[in-house]
Amino acid sequence: MLARRIIPCLDVRDGKVVKGVQFRNHEIIGDIVPLAQQYAKAGADELVFYDITASSDARVVDKSWVERIAQVIDIPFCVAGGIKSVEDAGKILAMGADKISINSPALANPELITELHDAYGQQCIVIGIDSHFNDQTGKYEVYQFTGDETRTQQTSWETADWVEEVQRRGAGEIVLNCMNQDGVRQGYDLKQLSAIRSICDVPLIASGGAGKIHHFADVFKEADVDGALAASVFHKGIIEIAELKTYLHKETIPMRTV
Amino acid sequence: MAQNIVIIDTGCANISSVKFALERLGVAVTVSDDPATIKASDKAFLPGVGSAQNAMASIAQKGLIETIQQLTQPTLGVCLGMQLMTQLSHESGLHNAEHVDCLGLIPGTVEKMSVGKLRLPHMGWNTVNPSNNELFKGISHGTYFYFVHGYAVPVYEHTLASCEYGMAFSAAIHKDNFYGVQFHPERSGDAGAQLLENFVSL
Repeated sequence: MLARRIIPCLDVRDGKVVKGVQFRNHEIIGDIVPLAQQYAKAGADELVFYDITASSDARVVDKSWVERIAQVIDIPFCVAGGIKSVEDAGKILAMGADKISINSPALANPELITELHDAYGQQCIVIGIDSHFNDQTGKYEVYQFTGDETRTQQTSWETADWVEEVQRRGAGEIVLNCMNQDGVRQGYDLKQLSAIRSICDVPLIASGGAGKIHHFADVFKEADVDGALAASVFHKGIIEIAELKTYLHKETIPMRTV
Repeated sequence: MAQNIVIIDTGCANISSVKFALERLGVAVTVSDDPATIKASDKAFLPGVGSAQNAMASIAQKGLIETIQQLTQPTLGVCLGMQLMTQLSHESGLHNAEHVDCLGLIPGTVEKMSVGKLRLPHMGWNTVNPSNNELFKGISHGTYFYFVHGYAVPVYEHTLASCEYGMAFSAAIHKDNFYGVQFHPERSGDAGAQLLENFVSL
């Protein structure tokens, strides 16, 4: 039976793993390679590395760490941030990443999704979506350039429409980051994730809000997501992956145990 | 004696990860698209990700179709590499071909998965049930391997291990010196390392 996935997310800035609260005030957590190894050993099913400065800085970012990770890691990993072209994606995949995740560049040029699909196949194209609930309009809205608070801006897309669009263009997986929940550890946005699940035919990964062990059971049971991504609860040692997986297994959620 | 292991450079993207996985086992590998180097190897790997159409076009363009068909040493196809070992794939891409002719090393065809309400691609860790064979030596029923694919080979007489996702399909296939695995052993933790070690020891 296909297991649900537990996915630690490592935000990367200048080769270091960092974490902020609601995308702000980044603090350094540690070096990438030992942290990645530690998570793989602990039973993580997959890792995501977000180069959070890349998209918003418009600079060429040193991605040599991708190859260093690929050399030591024996679980799949995805690289996000600053991938703006088919050529950029090709370099990351050639260095050994299994998937690439596109966020702001896909919003700037949706055709990029189709081009990536045709060049490398649907299986390695992940679309990251930063979705913010606007309590004035009552709508979920897509934001871009969220790696840099000064450049973060709302797009014209409502989240559900963008989810449909990226699937039409060949996305192989969607990571939905619920911005209102990010970093505050009050639980995943079950309402939004359930709504998106009903229109999402590719794997859907929940992101933003994990704080307690039962939040993971909630999101798998209520929103039927394929994976749950989290950062601070793992980095700060609030939740141990082995303990989490044992708990979820008891809750009858299929889990790979190591 | 150190073995001469070659990863066939198909021009696809997962070559580095297969190479690194073998290096983690302490095995030296060469990546090559030179027919003489490939023929002279003790073991060969046929990696592949992306679409069958692009991969076959790349192999044809490199002039490697006959080289691969004539191999007699143990050869392991990984993911799309496994699918390319069959006779044909229905993953025809966007160019309106009805199917793509593959290498024909192992009988069988690659079909689009039909999984009802489940999501495609089939992505993540799933349990594999091997028959009793050398490639899966020491790997028990229900061991998790990492999969990413939307097309699959049905279960048939050349199936070496099966998997279920809305339907039963071949997780591994075999004929003569040719072996193929649908999952990614290079990304399947200890179980994947065990399988690669088994293959290298054949």
